[in-house]
Amino acid sequence: MSLFGFLKSRSSAPVARERLQILLAHERVALGPRDLVTILRDDLLATIARHIEFDPEKLSVKMDRGGAMSTLEIEVEIPSDKVGVGETRIAPPTQASAA
Amino acid sequence: MSKVIVVTSGKGGVGKTTSTASLGAALAQGGRRVCVVDFDVGLRNLDLVMGAERRVVFDFINVAQGDAKLAQALIRDKRIDTLHLLAASQTRDKDALTTEGVERVIGELRGSFDYVLCDSPAGIERGALLAMRFADQAIVVANPEVSSVRDSDRIIGLLDSKTLRAERGEQMNKQLLLTRFDPARSNSGEMLGIDDVLEILSIPLLGVIPESKEILRASNIGAPVTMNASISRAGLAYLEAARRLAGETVPIAIPDQKKTLFTRLFGRRAA
Repeated sequence: MSLFGFLKSRSSAPVARERLQILLAHERVALGPRDLVTILRDDLLATIARHIEFDPEKLSVKMDRGGAMSTLEIEVEIPSDKVGVGETRIAPPTQASAA
Repeated sequence: MSKVIVVTSGKGGVGKTTSTASLGAALAQGGRRVCVVDFDVGLRNLDLVMGAERRVVFDFINVAQGDAKLAQALIRDKRIDTLHLLAASQTRDKDALTTEGVERVIGELRGSFDYVLCDSPAGIERGALLAMRFADQAIVVANPEVSSVRDSDRIIGLLDSKTLRAERGEQMNKQLLLTRFDPARSNSGEMLGIDDVLEILSIPLLGVIPESKEILRASNIGAPVTMNASISRAGLAYLEAARRLAGETVPIAIPDQKKTLFTRLFGRRAA
């Protein structure tokens, strides 16, 4: 047991952190890929919130996977005092060819 | 409006049951109607941690299968009368719970309680998936330790894909409760820091519960730390986490080696 061995064993947390970051980067792809819909929802929330005050609960993102084409449906409810209409569809259900 | 919250982790032994009991008791102390539900069929322990192990007559499965009414199975806490427990079955097979049965019972609970806290079994199998299935939001309990963080990451993936909310395309709110945190060891680089875990899991922080002897004492006597020794650091941390859960803005006092909020408030007594 050297003095250096003692020092080394003291800060093992950075090793743990690095090992986890590498491992999870692989596992997220291989095992339970974070759902594309979830990633999209998080990004959309951030984008919309930058411009309009709205309830995050009122954002609905759906994806229907079809054979040749999948559809992505985004629906956002915005309180009428924010835009002057009851419910605003930011865009009609968007056709997107998702892989 | 009623909120159904799953307390989950993937890994066993990180503090799901302790956290469910402590947060449940803390929420109920504010007069809110709270029910803590044990989903760990065959290995129930929430009753023991709550000090109600001798009062279980009917359980979750009896209600889910229609053999008992919900009111017959609910155990009212003797210390906090807005706190209730729905125990898991100890004798039945873990497959005795059906999705439909769980859905019906959760629906009934929504009608009677402000908060329903679902204590998930460990693992990522049926029981754990059922516990999260009908939840509105999730508390992910993790220790600052590699296997726990890895399993939490896996559970977060499941919360985002296997819950009813996720399937409906709605947002699944997930918050991290970091338990058994030792500020001194973290500061000296022996233990993952709060920032490390937050960066890796990238979900918001509900609270940090410091490692504390009071936790064992609390389960020994069957009284959650937020009930009895609420002056302990762990008890305080749970009380604050419960206030955040209820929507209050309470700054997170990160336990610090040099000066914790607690030592600042109570001086030498904290040592």
